[in-house]
Amino acid sequence: MTDARLFTRRAALLGGVAGGGLLLAGCDQLTHSADVQRVLHAAERLTYRSQRLLGGGRALAREFSPKDISPVFKPNGTTYPGGDDYAGHVDEGFKNWTLTIDGLVQKPLELSVAEIKRLPSRTQITRHDCVEGWSAIGQWTGVPLGLLLKASGLKPNARYAVFHCADNLDGELAKGGEQSPGQYYESIDLVDAFHPQTIIAYQLNGKDLPIGNGAPLRLRVERQLGYKHAKYLQRIELVDSFSHISGGKGGYWEDRGYEWYAGI
Amino acid sequence: MTAITPDVAEAPARPTQTGEVIYRHRLLIRIAHWLNVVCITVLLMSGLNIFNAHPRLYWGMYGADARPDPAVFQIGAEEHPKGVYHGVTQIGSLRIPTTGVLGVSKVNGHDQFRAWPAWLTAPSFTDLADARHWHFFFAWFFVLNGLVYLAYSFVIRHVQRDLWPTLQDLRGIGRSIVDHIKLKHPTGEDAKRYNVLQRLAYLTVVFVLLPGMVLTGLTMSPGFNAIAPPLLALFGGRQSARTLHFIFAWSIVGFVVIHVVEVFLAGVVNEITSMITGYYKVPPAEHGHD
Repeated sequence: MTDARLFTRRAALLGGVAGGGLLLAGCDQLTHSADVQRVLHAAERLTYRSQRLLGGGRALAREFSPKDISPVFKPNGTTYPGGDDYAGHVDEGFKNWTLTIDGLVQKPLELSVAEIKRLPSRTQITRHDCVEGWSAIGQWTGVPLGLLLKASGLKPNARYAVFHCADNLDGELAKGGEQSPGQYYESIDLVDAFHPQTIIAYQLNGKDLPIGNGAPLRLRVERQLGYKHAKYLQRIELVDSFSHISGGKGGYWEDRGYEWYAGI
Repeated sequence: MTAITPDVAEAPARPTQTGEVIYRHRLLIRIAHWLNVVCITVLLMSGLNIFNAHPRLYWGMYGADARPDPAVFQIGAEEHPKGVYHGVTQIGSLRIPTTGVLGVSKVNGHDQFRAWPAWLTAPSFTDLADARHWHFFFAWFFVLNGLVYLAYSFVIRHVQRDLWPTLQDLRGIGRSIVDHIKLKHPTGEDAKRYNVLQRLAYLTVVFVLLPGMVLTGLTMSPGFNAIAPPLLALFGGRQSARTLHFIFAWSIVGFVVIHVVEVFLAGVVNEITSMITGYYKVPPAEHGHD
């Protein structure tokens, strides 16, 4: 009787350990399955829809006071785009750098940094959250993206703004190997594009953007994680779908498995 | 220690005392319990994989490692002579060598820099993107399961009747603590209801730790911050929320360890059977027990 009970306890304990091991091995296997990935992706759609439902388009990200600003704003991802092209622009102080707005617009625009700086601006002290987990608070000044989009006049079928960047980023260590390098790009929907805090920033903490933080122009899309805030902006393309661009998932990190909706 | 009692099946002579079976856990409660086991396991392990992407915790609104902001907790590695790396876990200013488990641990026989070891993370390999997919999928399950459980538990008065301690329960807390220390478990009539420590533990888990996990988790979401700014104030900022998320998670692990030990002490087969079928064999009352 006692033996039987002991045996059962031991069996339960062993069962638990074996179950844990199976779960671990199983989870790795499942992670590599495309079907499982599709199921897991349902959570992203649910998060996107519920955040849009609860916050609508207009809910503002928290803005902070100057005393809350981080002592150092951590540059991450690309901190100096390679190539002679970018180095040349640095030497010229970005005098000849331009931002193009094209795609599904009535009137494509090409603006210099100086022209952008003459447009109405918005300054905001916001928190930048990296997908890795850290946060930094900084003050950004830039032109509201909505203003530029209105000036170029969206065609009715425009659904996303795609941001093309000057940097080519190395892959990260993932899925047991190094991922491929690629040209950085990002995309957001029009709700975020016309959100009042979504700006094309040219200043951080009252000074021209440092190179590490995206000089001369970067996106701020305050209700999403850091990787959405494309740096070294050269072109904004309005599209009805981003499936034909690069890996087709709407961004450099999205093509490498991250969520397109990075509000969480 | 409790006296050894005759096996129920071999004691048909006293069926009323030794063979009493009660219906203890309703179907929906049982389902919620086991779904929670799955959710919490996946959430913990994928959460530790996410943690590995930035193995530092801060207090306040911001925190990063460019020129490092002061971390309240960190798992790292430091180089020793001859290119040997040691794992070091730091809590405040306390530094603990943790080579082999935290900071530096073996993956397929080779030392690797990783905060939490492969056997504790899901997936076992370092992958923030995949860990996040697992985490948020099961987070949704966990939240929906929790909401159903809470609503149902109030409706059937599970919370009011089984979990909320009575005044008499609270008065007996001293005796209950002594009983637990002596590993003595209630029998007979006393075994038909949760004891006071059990009630307080379950209430803490159901109303503090589990909702705390969800709320601190949501406070890390920049999208949700815009929807519910008061959460930031409640937890003292996003980085504080991240630290609390971590503390709550390990508090839940602590609860689970005690919970499982108690299940073993109280009779693992009977306890687990009752959470599967709903039926619980009441341990017969001891002789001389008043």
